[in-house]
Amino acid sequence: MNDLIETLKAQIIEQLNLAELKPEDIDPNAPLFGDGLGLDSIDALELIVLLEKHHGIKIQDPKDAKAIFASLQSMADYIIANKK
Amino acid sequence: MSTKVYITGMGIISAIGDSVEETLQSLSSSKTGVGKINHLETFHKDTFVVGEVKHSNKELIEIAGIGNYNRTTLLGFIAAREALKKASINDIKEVRTGFISSTTIAGMCTTELLYKDFLEGKNNTNFIDSHFCGVSTNDIAKHLGISDYVTTISTACSSAANAIMLGARLIKNNILDRVIVGGVDPLSKFTLNGFNTLMILDKEWCKPFDENRKGLNLGEGAAYLVLESEKLVKEKNKNILAQLLGYGNANDAFHQTASSPEGHGALLAMQKAFKVAGINPGAIDYINAHGTGTPNNDSSEGIAMQTLFNNNVPKFSSTKAFTGHTLAAAAAIESVISILAIQNNMIFPCLNRSAQMSDLTITPVDTLEKNIPVNYVLSNSFGFGGNCSSLIFSKN
Amino acid sequence: MIMEATIVSYCKIKNNTIWVNGEKINIDNNSVDFTAFLVNLYRQMNLNYPKFFKMDNLCKLGILAAEMVIQNNSKSENFEKDKVAIFLSNNSSSIETDRNHIKTIENKNDYFPSPAVFVYTLPNIIIGEIAIKHKFTGENAFFVSETFDPNLIHTYASIALQSSHTTDAVCGWVNVDGNEYEAFMYYIEKTNFNKVGHGLNMPHTAEMINELYN
Repeated sequence: MNDLIETLKAQIIEQLNLAELKPEDIDPNAPLFGDGLGLDSIDALELIVLLEKHHGIKIQDPKDAKAIFASLQSMADYIIANKK
Repeated sequence: MSTKVYITGMGIISAIGDSVEETLQSLSSSKTGVGKINHLETFHKDTFVVGEVKHSNKELIEIAGIGNYNRTTLLGFIAAREALKKASINDIKEVRTGFISSTTIAGMCTTELLYKDFLEGKNNTNFIDSHFCGVSTNDIAKHLGISDYVTTISTACSSAANAIMLGARLIKNNILDRVIVGGVDPLSKFTLNGFNTLMILDKEWCKPFDENRKGLNLGEGAAYLVLESEKLVKEKNKNILAQLLGYGNANDAFHQTASSPEGHGALLAMQKAFKVAGINPGAIDYINAHGTGTPNNDSSEGIAMQTLFNNNVPKFSSTKAFTGHTLAAAAAIESVISILAIQNNMIFPCLNRSAQMSDLTITPVDTLEKNIPVNYVLSNSFGFGGNCSSLIFSKN
Repeated sequence: MIMEATIVSYCKIKNNTIWVNGEKINIDNNSVDFTAFLVNLYRQMNLNYPKFFKMDNLCKLGILAAEMVIQNNSKSENFEKDKVAIFLSNNSSSIETDRNHIKTIENKNDYFPSPAVFVYTLPNIIIGEIAIKHKFTGENAFFVSETFDPNLIHTYASIALQSSHTTDAVCGWVNVDGNEYEAFMYYIEKTNFNKVGHGLNMPHTAEMINELYN
């Protein structure tokens, strides 16, 4: 689990161009959206691409994204639960 | 400054017809042009429905009869030629005449097919050159014989409204006497794949202003209006189709692609258009809404309309379920549809609806309404980049 | 009737060189890479706007050029932001990002088009980014022309300034094609609008714009 969290941190920073951010700045339980990292709807779509590209998981309905991307932890939980 | 700007001609080609007459025929029989992909080459062929013009490039080359050009230039020329014909213009150079076109895709429809060849050094430089947005405008202008004032506007899905607005202002400021204004966008893999990544495409027929709307259908086409000064119309005793009474543009300043929840930019654009038109919102008989069918747009636009009209919103509909969303051409296509509403005293329906939107109190027109006076029409067009435009047309 | 207006600030960014209101700005830049140049400039300006890193190079260049004319226009914060218009133009539209988007959809077996790339495949997104950062909700237009056309932008801005809806405008040219790039931006306001002379106070004419550009 910890490895996955660290991998996700690096992938998110790269995919979302969060150039000013270091992996240790991201709290796995803090909200990714809203006040958290200041991400927006395009970032959410980009995270959907990230899941497909790096983890082989396809989200069909953008409405599901909100719960999955609540925090880094929820994202990791979702990946583990859905990994084929 | 007080000179009026009249529409004396219009031309259109889209999924619902190759001419103004065919367009009216489809609209008044509630016949959509959205369906399976036939001409666009994409591996999404069976995934999405689109509003395709029902001709191959080869057929369009024959119809246009100006030589071998890309789909953008061909569609644009066909619609612009019809507009000039309807305005009974024989000598294009008799007065100061301009051509203002808009496109988001320009030569992308051929560039994307030929890009690989180009990288591999095969000779396709002609098509690559035509990638740049201005080239198709210049080619169309050349074949129409217009050289006094030619320019291209690119502000996403409100582009053609801004072209119309610019044309009207050039006439009002006595810079031009006559100007052909509008826009063109062909379907392309580029936009289909792009909108797909934004997850705002409905795989079935789009359902504007419906609670269960899932997104938009892409479309293609072109439309142009001939705008002429009051002076020229009087001198030549020209037949008037409608008057362009007002226009307004504002930026939503919210997000690159999404509209603000309260429709701030949309509200500002409509308010400005009414101020220019010098009429009260209560005078409007019909609103041709932007109504793309995305959850975000229809909610934001609906709330802006409710705010502006103080919950006395006139009859409204989106006609995008007929044509698909034609991007840079949309505002011109919907201007033609707005003028058809005025000329025929008809209000065209919002197709495919079944459920009332929960966040709005207003309901669009669902079935064709005939024989009702349509004297004033508001047409909205909003684009990515926060660009919001509104136009107001009147009968006289 | 053309409303009198005044150019209060302008800037040029080209060939790793920056000019603001006629003065050359020194920048620590040892890189020939365009993106690195933009990031250096961003850091030197202390902008603290993380969204900058998500933008394509065209928008990065546009947002920095706009920042220079807005920071150096000597205006107080006390003006109506819904009356600031933005009129920009270029030659290459959004070609750089268009190419990047095409690359991601070419190959069915490596098909990962990026929504964050696609949103920048329209040139007027620069206007959107400037509008969002500065909360400018005035009118806007983006023109595509072969070369910078002072007459086109001057005419349109002059007409817009006739309306009571517009008091100020950010105007210019922002073009990026590969490592070739050029930004020229200027800020205009209605003359005597605030009754106090701001900034450079140069007449808003096509000739003056052309002179500043060249």
